[in-house]
Amino acid sequence: MTSITIDHFLFLGAILFTIGVLGIFLNKKNVIIILMSVELILLAVNINFIAFSSFLGDISGQVFAMFTLTVAAAEAAIGLAILVVFFRNLGSIEVEKIRKLKG
Amino acid sequence: MIKLIVFLPLLGFLYCAFVGSYFHDRVSQLITTFLLTISTFLSWIIFLQYLEGANTTIIHILNWITSGTFSADWSLRVDALTATMMVVVTTVSACVHLYSVGYMNEDKSINRFMGYLSLFTFFMLMLVSSNNLLQMFFGWEGVGLSSYLLIGFWHHKDSANKAAIKAFILNRVGDFGFVLGIVGVFFIFGSINFDIIFTDAINYQNHAFNFLGLSLSTIDTLCFLLFIGAMGKSAQLGLHTWLPDAMEGPTPVSALIHAATMVTAGIFMVARMSPLFQYAEFTNLFIIFIGASTAIFAASIALTQNDIKRVIAYSTCSQLGYMFFAAGLGAYNAAIFHLMTHGFFKALLFLSAGSVIQAMKHEQDMRKMGGLFLKIPFTGTMMWIGSLAIIGFPFFSGYYSKESILENAYFSTSGMAQYAYVVGVFTALLTAFYSWRLLLMTFHGKPRATEETFNQVLESPKVMTISLAILAIGTIFSGSILANFFIGSKQEVFWNHAVVLIHTTQHNIPFVQTLTIKSTVAAGILLAAMLYFYKKGLTKSLSRNFQLLYSISYNKWYVDELYNSIFVQPFFYIASIFWKKGDIYIIDEYGPNGISKLINYFSKRLSLFQSGYLYHYAFVMLGGLVIILTWFVYY
Amino acid sequence: MIVYTFSFYLFSTIAVLSALMVISSKNSVHSVLFLILSFVNAAGLFVLLGAEFLAMILLVVYVGAVAVLFLFVVMMLDINYIKLREGFLQYLPFGVLLGIVLIVELGIAFFTETFSEMSLVEYAQMPEIIITENTKLLGFVLYTKYFYLFQISGIILLVAMIGSITLTLRQREISKKQIISDQNNADASKAIIKKKIKLREGI
Repeated sequence: MTSITIDHFLFLGAILFTIGVLGIFLNKKNVIIILMSVELILLAVNINFIAFSSFLGDISGQVFAMFTLTVAAAEAAIGLAILVVFFRNLGSIEVEKIRKLKG
Repeated sequence: MIKLIVFLPLLGFLYCAFVGSYFHDRVSQLITTFLLTISTFLSWIIFLQYLEGANTTIIHILNWITSGTFSADWSLRVDALTATMMVVVTTVSACVHLYSVGYMNEDKSINRFMGYLSLFTFFMLMLVSSNNLLQMFFGWEGVGLSSYLLIGFWHHKDSANKAAIKAFILNRVGDFGFVLGIVGVFFIFGSINFDIIFTDAINYQNHAFNFLGLSLSTIDTLCFLLFIGAMGKSAQLGLHTWLPDAMEGPTPVSALIHAATMVTAGIFMVARMSPLFQYAEFTNLFIIFIGASTAIFAASIALTQNDIKRVIAYSTCSQLGYMFFAAGLGAYNAAIFHLMTHGFFKALLFLSAGSVIQAMKHEQDMRKMGGLFLKIPFTGTMMWIGSLAIIGFPFFSGYYSKESILENAYFSTSGMAQYAYVVGVFTALLTAFYSWRLLLMTFHGKPRATEETFNQVLESPKVMTISLAILAIGTIFSGSILANFFIGSKQEVFWNHAVVLIHTTQHNIPFVQTLTIKSTVAAGILLAAMLYFYKKGLTKSLSRNFQLLYSISYNKWYVDELYNSIFVQPFFYIASIFWKKGDIYIIDEYGPNGISKLINYFSKRLSLFQSGYLYHYAFVMLGGLVIILTWFVYY
Repeated sequence: MIVYTFSFYLFSTIAVLSALMVISSKNSVHSVLFLILSFVNAAGLFVLLGAEFLAMILLVVYVGAVAVLFLFVVMMLDINYIKLREGFLQYLPFGVLLGIVLIVELGIAFFTETFSEMSLVEYAQMPEIIITENTKLLGFVLYTKYFYLFQISGIILLVAMIGSITLTLRQREISKKQIISDQNNADASKAIIKKKIKLREGI
């Protein structure tokens, strides 16, 4: 426990990932929480990448983390745009109201 | 040439089936009749060859089945027996074809009728010319099928459909025994080829097998099973109920199938298998018993029937009984001879009856006829000729054959034969009675039909009368000319081992017996004349006084009702149980219906998964991911 | 070493706690702020790992742009005043159970697998570069080996921008714009039409 090995970082990433996943379906409040949970997931993945890059001495991990960052930013932007349009049409962003896919 | 005889009718059928409907009906009539006439001429030529004493010829056509030790071929066996049958079949069939041109002239489906007639002839010819049991069975079934098709020819009539099914089913019951017999023959002899069976038969003379603790003679059992088939086909006692109902078909059909040919297939089979039957003691006794009983049974019913065709149908049944008990006695030659003469005069009777029916505008009830002789003298004469033949009037053909049968019965030693002799003589009385009853009621006396119907009675067209004339020639002369060959001095030469001949020296029947026979016949005629010509009121009082006898006779000894209650109703009941409970309730509910209900139920439950909520889907995805991870971790 | 360990535990604890608060906070603005906190802590972890460039980029892009964007939207949609429905507790036990299972399994995966030194050699396909600064090393690789990916990520950002604009652009009927082509094609002769009007009647 005294020396920090890669496993600690990986475990931290796992915890953050799980919290993000739980956040997606445990919230009944609004859709923005879902988007934020997605960001948390991406953050956990990034921690994983950087940890591996550092402990293995390979810079590719950081490069990939940067690209992930890019894509995450793009995706957040689009997601929020969709949310805005959705709010315009529906009038609220409660998760309960989003049932159009009901089969 | 023999191949032509057999296959020309098939050609006729094929024409009618595939091409005939495109052309005029007259063309199909012409073609089928013409082809059949050629067949007739050729078969007479062959027959004449055999009169000289030709050898058995076997013509191989095709290989059919070769499977292990079992092999069956399509091949034609021609000997005296075949030649005789072919002559009978083709002559009667040609006459019927010609007759149908006139009789069925106003029908809507002439093409179909002619086609079926030709098809039937083909099957019958296949039956008589077969060289093994399987081909015979093919012909057997084929004539059964054609009989069904032709009885139910007017398929818009409900009664015709029912009669056709009845005929087919009763035939089937007989066929069951027949098939068992064929299988048994193969099992014992190792082959179903006639040559092999016949040469081998003597080795199995005393062969016996164990069945439920009883030791049964093999050949006896085989012949018994084969005879069951003959019983069904030839309407013997027990499986006879289809024959009177078969009169629903057109009269030419009755003439062809139920007088001359199909019903004689049973006799033919017994005669053909005579090398086997000669060793089957018990079966022979059984055949004699059945034959004689059928003869008297059918004759007793014919006494009171009012439908002209039914009287003749029961008459056929009765005469078949004669033929069978002749076969049972071992006098196969007499049986076949009677078959031939019977073919001619019965067909003549039926066709004349058809002529009468057509003249009376499709009236078949004899109570509404009478006094027709002046109006349709030619038909009347034909009917007289046929009736004289059937009672065994000297010089007409029936005399020779019937006398021969009764002689054989008299000289045979078994007790059953004596029973058969007595029954045969008594039946001759009954035969005379009902034949003259028919004649007198139809042609003589005061006309009982309405004025207008009576005035419209006309002689039939030439087409029909020619066939009547041809058959009349056969009726009159076939007996006297051919008697020597069949049962007389030349029988050895003629038959030439086609059937087994009992080597009785030519006894002369005591004069007393001949007198008895002839006087019973005369008594029958006189009785009929008395009741139906002179004192007509007597019939009514007789029927009232002998109410029970009359109703037994009129209602066909209640056999139909008996069968109905024993077999048909319980069968329907069981079948309906199987249908309602078994099929609908169990199989449908647990099968298709059950499965579809189950699927419906589950899919409704499953569709609840699609709630539309995104987080539900995400949750499910997470669950799946966890499961996959678990699986990976533990493997 | 002790500083390293201590900082690691500090940063990771706060990150986890703030992540928990993101998903369970009642106020949405609070959620966003907790998200920002967790990002900052992650940046700190990155610095610990020696990837300082990425840590700064995290702060600039994620916190400075994405999180602020979140905040904009939250405030624009006026969510605080929407009635909040608590269905949280319904799924909580089962969800937590699932989460624990997931963590445990990932832990098993991580703690029992040994990441062998052998794979190191295969992955390092680049020649030995002795550059110790993180940023320099990143730049060395990014514009040479991963050039295509770099350009493509630019295109992704372009696509995202176009997408956002397409989705949310509304035509405002109130404001008028100049359409130059119409102005140029105006015909003076048809600009004014004279009509004879009777008294007390309109057009």
